[in-house]
Amino acid sequence: MRPKNVPEPEELSKIDHKPPLFESWMDKKPEFKPGFYCYGAKAKNIAAVGMPNPRDWSPTDEDWKLPENWKEIFLNGMKERLEKYRSFKLFMDICVRCGACADKCHYFIGSGDPKNMPVLRAELLRSVYRKYFTTGGKLFGKLAGARELTFDVLKEIWYYLYQCSECRRCSLFCPYGIDTAEITILGRELTNLLGLNTDWIQASVANCYRTGNHIGLQPHAYKDMIEFLCDECEEVTGIRPQPQFNKKGAEILFVTPSGDVFADPGTYTCMGYLLLFHYLQEEYGFDITWSTYASEGGNFGYFTSHEMAKRLHAKIYMEAKRLGVKWILGGECGHMWRLLNQYIDTFNGPPDYLEEPVSPITGTKFEHAKGHKIVHIVEFTADLIRHNKLKLDPSRNDHLVLTFHDSCNPARGMGFFEEPRYVIKSVCRNFYEMPSNTIREQTFCCGSGAGLNAGENMELRMRGGLPRANAVKYVHEKYGVNMMACICAIDRAALPVLMQYWVPEVDITGVHELVGNALVFKNEKKRTTDLRGNPFVGAEEEQGDAV
Amino acid sequence: MNFLVGLIFSAIVAIVVLLVPWIGVGVLHLYTIFGIVVPYLAILIFLIGMILRVIDWGRSPVPFRIPTTAGQQWSFPWIKHSWIENPKDSKGVIVRMALEVLCFRSLFRNVRLEYRRIENLPKVAFEWEKWLWMAAIAFHYSFLVIFLRHFRFFTNPIPSFVKIIEKLDGFFQAGVLPIPGLTIPEVYITDLLLLAAVTYLLLRRLYIPQVRYVSLPSDYFPLFLILGIGTTGVLMRYFLRVDVTKVKELAFGLFKFHPHVPDGIGTIFFIHLFFVCTLIAYIPFSKICHMAGIFLSPTRNLSNNSRFKRHINPWDNKPAWEYPGMVHTYEEYEEEFRDVMIEAGIPVEKMPEKKEEEKPEQEQ
Ligand code: SF4
Ligand code: SF4
Repeated sequence: MRPKNVPEPEELSKIDHKPPLFESWMDKKPEFKPGFYCYGAKAKNIAAVGMPNPRDWSPTDEDWKLPENWKEIFLNGMKERLEKYRSFKLFMDICVRCGACADKCHYFIGSGDPKNMPVLRAELLRSVYRKYFTTGGKLFGKLAGARELTFDVLKEIWYYLYQCSECRRCSLFCPYGIDTAEITILGRELTNLLGLNTDWIQASVANCYRTGNHIGLQPHAYKDMIEFLCDECEEVTGIRPQPQFNKKGAEILFVTPSGDVFADPGTYTCMGYLLLFHYLQEEYGFDITWSTYASEGGNFGYFTSHEMAKRLHAKIYMEAKRLGVKWILGGECGHMWRLLNQYIDTFNGPPDYLEEPVSPITGTKFEHAKGHKIVHIVEFTADLIRHNKLKLDPSRNDHLVLTFHDSCNPARGMGFFEEPRYVIKSVCRNFYEMPSNTIREQTFCCGSGAGLNAGENMELRMRGGLPRANAVKYVHEKYGVNMMACICAIDRAALPVLMQYWVPEVDITGVHELVGNALVFKNEKKRTTDLRGNPFVGAEEEQGDAV
Repeated sequence: MNFLVGLIFSAIVAIVVLLVPWIGVGVLHLYTIFGIVVPYLAILIFLIGMILRVIDWGRSPVPFRIPTTAGQQWSFPWIKHSWIENPKDSKGVIVRMALEVLCFRSLFRNVRLEYRRIENLPKVAFEWEKWLWMAAIAFHYSFLVIFLRHFRFFTNPIPSFVKIIEKLDGFFQAGVLPIPGLTIPEVYITDLLLLAAVTYLLLRRLYIPQVRYVSLPSDYFPLFLILGIGTTGVLMRYFLRVDVTKVKELAFGLFKFHPHVPDGIGTIFFIHLFFVCTLIAYIPFSKICHMAGIFLSPTRNLSNNSRFKRHINPWDNKPAWEYPGMVHTYEEYEEEFRDVMIEAGIPVEKMPEKKEEEKPEQEQ
């Protein structure tokens, strides 16, 4: 299914990366192109979490219904953040506009819009900073790169802050480590002081707050969905997982992005988790519980403000405490893991009511997670495989030729490279890497991160995903790659569409789907298909061919 | 304001910087002002400005631990940890920072986007591009060497490291220019490198469309100043010789706080000096303060250890649930969904009073 309302690839790929010679970016008015921005946050979703200025609005409206003193609010907010975040202050001051980051952003590569160059995205805010917070800017105005905060400037800032997926690729290349993602995060906080979120983010925030997960599944529905996936597991393997919910006294609490529970192909990853847990339960008496209250590992608050991120992710620790588990296992998710790695303990720690994580099966102490007490499920599984605790048949993934997409957040906000590769290579036999400057720390974004995974900004997403898709295409043509693995729920939602658009021959999978395929149960039925119902190699012709 | 305006504006300012001492000394003979007051003032502005700036940065805390991880995290003993690119402790951070500051590690990663369309379909490629890195290295190290070479003016006797640097610097070029009749002293390789690098940096600013588009007057201006410093320096050394002993007398006096300006130093020297002073005084107010900022950059100078060592946010050190109204508590959640939870067989904390009959299987 090709996304609608997006020009054909032949058309879309006519991209000019050269900004006009005599144009001045400071004087160019923002132009809201359909397909590049999302709908404005609805009043009810803003009000649901007590954020400022709840009202219905649309980015294309003449009047954004801002409070009378919006300028003051914005500038005071800026001042406050300059005083609270050294990152912000420093990054406002030290950019030399060397341009090293310019062509590193996937949105610039895919759109050619100069204001999508990280340096200029940041300059939009920096120009306001100079005007109100530096002497040079106050004195010399535009000559010092300073701009008055007008409504047009606000609109422009908004438009481009919500065209950044906070992927941090630019920060890798900047000689001073300037992280435009950090600027975007703080800039978005400012827009949220005025009630200027997108509804895709704000609705998810409101849902997470109330029901615990971003699509607003109520507890029974959440459980139902998982039960349904258990049915599916049974159909394919003959084994029915027995997940536990909100179980007090369980050893481990499992938290995963809710996308895994309801949306293909994340659901297959979820089936992988369920099968793995069941296997461990049968073999080793593993005791893990799901929670309907902390039913979202993803954190849409992070695309809104630090405070909102803190508020939403608090549920994970609160629930762990209430249930009395020993530690927490985290599912495959991108920004969730940047938050769990770099923020959660600072936000809501120390979780001293939990224990230092130890694998009940291998006895491995997860030394590196002894502070925040959360283990990544891929770490957990890698350790199991390393200790030979799983019976695996990698030939069951022989119909797949794999590559691996490093999601931005685990890559540049954690450094999670080897564990997923180790697991993939243990459960699959055909694996090829994409070119080295598109993977690992240099990985390219899916084009839909940080809350940009909506329907109405599809063109932006297809453009932003171009560099990633291009690398996939390369390995598809060279090695016949037909499946790309990833460890992020937003990827699993965003990449299939991207692939449909640019490289339709390639599909997307989570790592634990592959584990689920390969896992051999003692009492399973004769398995002929993978979790999606696709036949194994050799299984479709039972006509005497040796298997 | 397009790039021409920026370029012309900063060029005009640079020309003013050139004319001020030219007139001030050449015409008005204000030796004391340009030989003594201006240098002291510039150093003072630099020191105070820089200290204030760093204090100002330092005053803003680092609430979160946000290193950009550029290599494998520390996890299992059997997975190779990238201890420099993703440091877990200060040892790694120190090496990472050293590489960043001394070798421009991140800039070394630079590549250039090569975007093509082949049969109407896009092809994204990245080409080798180390020119910027090379120019940056050449520029900064030449500047450093030239700076150190200038110690010969402030010291007596001249320290041996200065002599060694001069030797090495001049070594390669010695005797390359033995043009008969022209007595040119040893050519310092760094003089040439610096001018070449600055020229390149200026040209790429104008030539590369994206860089041109983002450039501000404050990007051209320091380049002009440095070009001015370099050119006047080279002029003085190779062509319009000034009396070095007298320059040394002046510099020495400044250094020892017994300043006096000896007669007979050429105007060109004062122009050179004024360019230097302008640059020094300009640093704290400009992007050139990156020289100090890099050390404070939170994406580079923090270790990625927040999974095993708690990082404390000084302005918010309590979990969300200790603030009123910040979280949706489990109790509120259960209150809203208790019935459906019970119906679905999900354990609850509080059974509703009326329905105690149909108690679902619960806990353990
Ligand atoms: S790489 Fe860093 S210093 Fe250079 S333009 Fe980008 S943000 Fe500025
Ligand atoms: S964080 Fe990513 S999306 Fe945002 S400016 Fe940098 S490279 Fe572009």
